[in-house]
Amino acid sequence: MISFENVAYNYGGGELLSDISLRLAPGSFHFLTGPSGAGKTTFLKLCYAELLPTAGRVTLFDREVRGLARDDVAMTRRRIGVVHQDCQFLDHLPLGDNVALPLTVAGRPGAARDLADLLAWVGLERLTDALPPSLSGGERQRAALARAIIMGPDVILADEPTGNLDWEMSLRLLTLLVELNRMGKTVLVATHDLNLIRQAKSQIPARVLRIAKRRIQLAGADL
Amino acid sequence: MTRLSLSRLLAPGPADAVVPPSGHTAWLTLFTAGAMTFLAVFALALALASGRLAERWAGALERTATVRLSAPEDQIDRQVKAVLALLSTTPGIASARALDEEEQRKLLEPWFGPDLPVQALPLPRLIEVVEDGAGYDAEGLRLRLTAEAPGAVLDDHARWRRPLAVAAARLVLLGWLSIGLIGLTMAAMITLAANAALAANAQVIRVLRLVGARDSYIARAFVRRFTLRALAGAGVGAVAGMIGIAALPGAEAAGGFLTGLGFQGAGWLLPLLLPFLAGGVAFAATRAAAFRKLREFH
Ligand SMILES: Nc1ncnc2c1ncn2[C@@H]1O[C@H](COP(=O)(O)OP(=O)(O)O)[C@@H](O)[C@H]1O
Ligand SMILES: [Mg+2]
Repeated sequence: MISFENVAYNYGGGELLSDISLRLAPGSFHFLTGPSGAGKTTFLKLCYAELLPTAGRVTLFDREVRGLARDDVAMTRRRIGVVHQDCQFLDHLPLGDNVALPLTVAGRPGAARDLADLLAWVGLERLTDALPPSLSGGERQRAALARAIIMGPDVILADEPTGNLDWEMSLRLLTLLVELNRMGKTVLVATHDLNLIRQAKSQIPARVLRIAKRRIQLAGADL
Repeated sequence: MTRLSLSRLLAPGPADAVVPPSGHTAWLTLFTAGAMTFLAVFALALALASGRLAERWAGALERTATVRLSAPEDQIDRQVKAVLALLSTTPGIASARALDEEEQRKLLEPWFGPDLPVQALPLPRLIEVVEDGAGYDAEGLRLRLTAEAPGAVLDDHARWRRPLAVAAARLVLLGWLSIGLIGLTMAAMITLAANAALAANAQVIRVLRLVGARDSYIARAFVRRFTLRALAGAGVGAVAGMIGIAALPGAEAAGGFLTGLGFQGAGWLLPLLLPFLAGGVAFAATRAAAFRKLREFH
């Protein structure tokens, strides 16, 4: 699905990530942890080709990202649902349209009922017509998750998706991610919430990747 | 892979809504297209009118001249022959022919009536000269004529119009050049407006890219708007310009160049093409600007 071979990345200063080799197998569930500023968001951006590695190879769906034409990048992103850390929306469009945006740009008119179901699932059915600037942080994150999965992607990447959620809502979101994983989706969640990781491990065989000293290692079972 | 065609562009699509309405760039585009097209109508009228003038003046030259020959009675026929021989060997002259009495009488009739005894009068003989495309060297011909027939005078009566015809042809060129410059100016202004709109919508473009929108999809939203605005603005400008031209006094009123500035017949259709030209310019300019901006987002 997603594989890294000796990947390095730097924003122009020192190297932020070095010599990273790993593979996210189809159907796997991974957490990515590490202190703030370690490079979790950067790693995820490499996973959906917003950034290109400064060294090494990133392969998405068996194609090296460096060799992807711009239209191929767009097509690849339709298979990867991303919950961005900053959760940006089109502020002039109501929430419902924002959640359906991936369908719209792909030229696939979505079924209105599916959208309603999805919004109900993330608890936002009342806010379908609300404009994004009026939403709370937690509501934005749930909307971002709904937008990420509306295309039925093969891979779901979530960057601190529970950062603004209370514990109950975090669990609900985790349950959704676990459910998606059980449906065969590959899931990668960047988080520093160890409770969330413990909770997930009690439900599925999730693995934990830790960024330390510019490398990514598989963390032990001591969490 | 995906081409952005004009016909697809003009069909309304969902792409429109994903870009928020952009106030001032809309007005800038509308106004620029209108004003520039208004100017272009006059440049077009100038080019067409100058073209007609150049044609008329060049046509009036008809490439003819006259040699007037006065000589004593007993020498006149010999000198006519000599002049004709000379003319037939002069480069740039297609043919030369002495007018007969009947023709000369016709020429004088308006002044002296039909009963003029041409033979009895000491009238000069007239030789009509038709030049070929290259034209002849008038000064050289004059010198040689004086040598052969002292009483021969070359009257290239229409030659004074030649600089006018050249000037008219230049005006045609200037008119078309103006239209070109107007088009370039419009392209530059619309590019600026499009760049402003694209910069103001950087976040929108980023979000669209991240949810899997193709470049052509994002570009279409911008290109469509600017093209339609330019079309609308230019339509108004063209009609206003045509009304201005139509309001000029008629050609008969005073005659001359200025009053001949209007469009004639099917020429009235030409300014109606200008809005489409403006739309094409806006299409190309916005499209280039959009794809340039899109390259900032991977
Ligand atoms: N666009 C950027 N340009 C330069 N430095 C950046 C940029 N984005 C992030 N960084 C830096 O890279 C480091 C890692 O950032 P990030 O990947 O967001 O970490 P995390 O998500 O783990 O908190 C930080 O020190 C951050 O300041
Ligand atoms: Mg981060």
